[in-house]
Amino acid sequence: MRQIKWERVVAILLLAPSVLATAIFVYGFIGFTGYVSLSKWTNLLPDFTLVGLSNYQRLFANQRFQIDLRNTVSFTLLFLLLCLVVGFLLAFLIDQRIRAEGIFRSIYLFPMAISFIVTGVVWRWLLTPGSPEMGATGVNLLFEKVGLGFLKWGWFTDPVVWHIPPDSAVGQFLEQIGLGFLASPMIGISAGVVALVLAAAWQMSGYTMAMYLAGLRGISDELREAARVDGASELQIMFRIILPLLRPITLSAIIILGHISLKIYDLVVAMTGPGIGFSTDVPAYFMWDTTFRGNNFARGSAIAVVLLVMVAVLIVPYLVWSTRSEAEL
Amino acid sequence: MKKMLNLLILAVLVLTLIPVAASAQEGVVCQEEVTVAADDWLSKYADKYFGNVLSWPAIMALHNQAAADDPASFPNSIVNADILEVGWTICIPAEDAAEAFLATYDPDKPETLYAAGESGQLVVGSWWTAGGEAEGLAGMFRIYEEQYPGVEIVNATVAGGAGTNFKAVNKTRLLGGDPADTFQLHAGLEVETYSPETYLQPVDDIYASEGLEQVFPPDLLTLLKYQDHYWGVPVNIHRSNVLWYNEALFGELGLTPPANFEEFQQVAEALQAAGIQPYVMGTKDGWEAGHVFEDVLAGTLTPEEYRGLWTGEFSWMDPKVTQALENFKMMLSYVNEDHPALTWDGAGEYLIGGTGGMMIMGDWTDGWFTSKEFTGYGWAPPPGTQGIFVALSDSFSLPAEAPNLENAENWLRVCGSLEGQEAFNPQKGSICARTDCDPALFNEYLQSAMVDWSQDAIVPSVAHGAAAIESWATDYKDVLTLFVASGDVAAGQAGLQQACVDAGVCQ
Repeated sequence: MRQIKWERVVAILLLAPSVLATAIFVYGFIGFTGYVSLSKWTNLLPDFTLVGLSNYQRLFANQRFQIDLRNTVSFTLLFLLLCLVVGFLLAFLIDQRIRAEGIFRSIYLFPMAISFIVTGVVWRWLLTPGSPEMGATGVNLLFEKVGLGFLKWGWFTDPVVWHIPPDSAVGQFLEQIGLGFLASPMIGISAGVVALVLAAAWQMSGYTMAMYLAGLRGISDELREAARVDGASELQIMFRIILPLLRPITLSAIIILGHISLKIYDLVVAMTGPGIGFSTDVPAYFMWDTTFRGNNFARGSAIAVVLLVMVAVLIVPYLVWSTRSEAEL
Repeated sequence: MKKMLNLLILAVLVLTLIPVAASAQEGVVCQEEVTVAADDWLSKYADKYFGNVLSWPAIMALHNQAAADDPASFPNSIVNADILEVGWTICIPAEDAAEAFLATYDPDKPETLYAAGESGQLVVGSWWTAGGEAEGLAGMFRIYEEQYPGVEIVNATVAGGAGTNFKAVNKTRLLGGDPADTFQLHAGLEVETYSPETYLQPVDDIYASEGLEQVFPPDLLTLLKYQDHYWGVPVNIHRSNVLWYNEALFGELGLTPPANFEEFQQVAEALQAAGIQPYVMGTKDGWEAGHVFEDVLAGTLTPEEYRGLWTGEFSWMDPKVTQALENFKMMLSYVNEDHPALTWDGAGEYLIGGTGGMMIMGDWTDGWFTSKEFTGYGWAPPPGTQGIFVALSDSFSLPAEAPNLENAENWLRVCGSLEGQEAFNPQKGSICARTDCDPALFNEYLQSAMVDWSQDAIVPSVAHGAAAIESWATDYKDVLTLFVASGDVAAGQAGLQQACVDAGVCQ
């Protein structure tokens, strides 16, 4: 009889609780959510009659959800862009061997230690436009005081959605090549989303800075020296040496920030709510609203599944890629 | 050796997983009896004896138990966690008993903080936590205590969000088979949300024994019936359709409140010409646009047609609904620009400041104006709703699994009684659901509402849960939120129709 490998048994026993818990509380409930999203549970009392994909059909026909998707996409793109650009610039500046580097590094990184709720509340105060009776408040007041009153505007209370006007030259051109749908408010950026991006990027760009700074410090001086000896200009060094070497960092930053922004909820709740004409509404907020206010559990679950798929599209290739590169090591 | 070590670790892990069985308590053992001094708080004791301010519920619950077991030593029980009187003797429970209590304590179930009286407890769930409504509720509690002494009333309120937070807690308790004895819900179709046939029980007996069918208006009785049964007793009535206006401004400009939408436009033009914001609204919280539009619908349709919208007998695609949306759009062209940033009371500041002319909002506005010491307001039905009362009402219901059924039934008797309603409504700033309340108890606005209540056609409010199930009501509000931003009548009407289809009422 083969000797029982105690080590192995113990290892399995020790792992079993967390494997079991993950299986039930993560994958089990994902499965349950998927099941509910196919059911008729639209009231307090559960009704598990299966109705196929009709919840999804209705969901994608729902104007609020369409606006939510637009907001999520535009928020994610703007947020990533701003975080990466600002983060890289800060890292680049700090990397210039300045004095008191530690202080600057901490100042830029600290916002990340705050929860989105706090960020949201503070930025709501900052960006509340004020009213005719009470006068301007927050940033608008600042503009007024320094003589830039013309910059005052409604921030997240402004219903405007920037998009390509269908009757403009570009709109006409798109119409002619069969892409007329691009010139509609459904493909655009609402003012409210811009306000949200400001707050979110303020919080998270310090984090990208930290990542980029680590990356920059990892590029050896010999490489730069070698390039200089070969006669490369500083700009060439930046675009041909440094940025390509930072690509893995950029990828990690995109993955991490991307899934934060796709799931964003707390910032919206604290800062703006769904906004005028849902200008700052996001799928996660709609999910909460329809499930716990409207009792529409089926639709809420359908939104949850859509969110999961969106995040999976971002995360799964990254996981595959990272496990593969680990295996190669 | 290593094997042994591994096994040992494993054994320790397994042992920690086994929950320690809580030892049963025979009476409460006090580790100390303290006399309350000035500036003492429960959380202060909790910090002193247990090293954690959050342990205060253990002191409250176990002290109250001790007070019930041994009234001679502890004559005072703690009714409100924030109120201790100097000189009371408080039982500080033993540490293990406190820990055992806290291990099972659920903040959503405040009744565990109270000992049961001789005749048990009455756990009343509501979202009335502050101001006049809390005082009104306390008034009804006093009447109940007089009539049914020996019952310990537990006021299980959950603050916030126009009842949203309360409803979330309440649903969990209902689904878990552990409800309060009675809880607040909007009268009307909101009851469908609670799947009454499963979770509630009909209260037809109480209607019969208390003669409630004779004192409530017939239109209200129709509204309250769901599947031919009554599921709750309404305590108050609010009116959704009231047009508030600044009386001084109207006087100066020689205007009268508009009776129809043409007049509304004329009045608005006159106000605008005078440099006044003609119509004000706040839409920040997402329900206000839906609230105003239900009044516009009621003003454009007949009462029968309006009711038909919610039962599927009148089509949302009817040209009259188009007309209602056009009317609303016309009104929106006179609205204040900053409405997305304001709540309804923020918009009301325009009226108080004399910079806004008219506002449509429910009759809680009257109480709000009073609290702001503003008297220069007048009221009228919004355009087209003369003789129509768009009503919403709070009622109390009877859960199927109410732990103290008899106490709960007696509570509903108090809710429906003349005495109970007269105690509650003047405080809350609403009128009685009964038609026989004494008008002298109410202020001028409420008296006029009482007259209308007894003679108008009564239709249900959708924005406040009377006309439709919640999923439909939220979809309806979503459509209106979009409409206010876009002004697209065709899309708005299609959205309203789709919401009706999704609710399973329209085809």
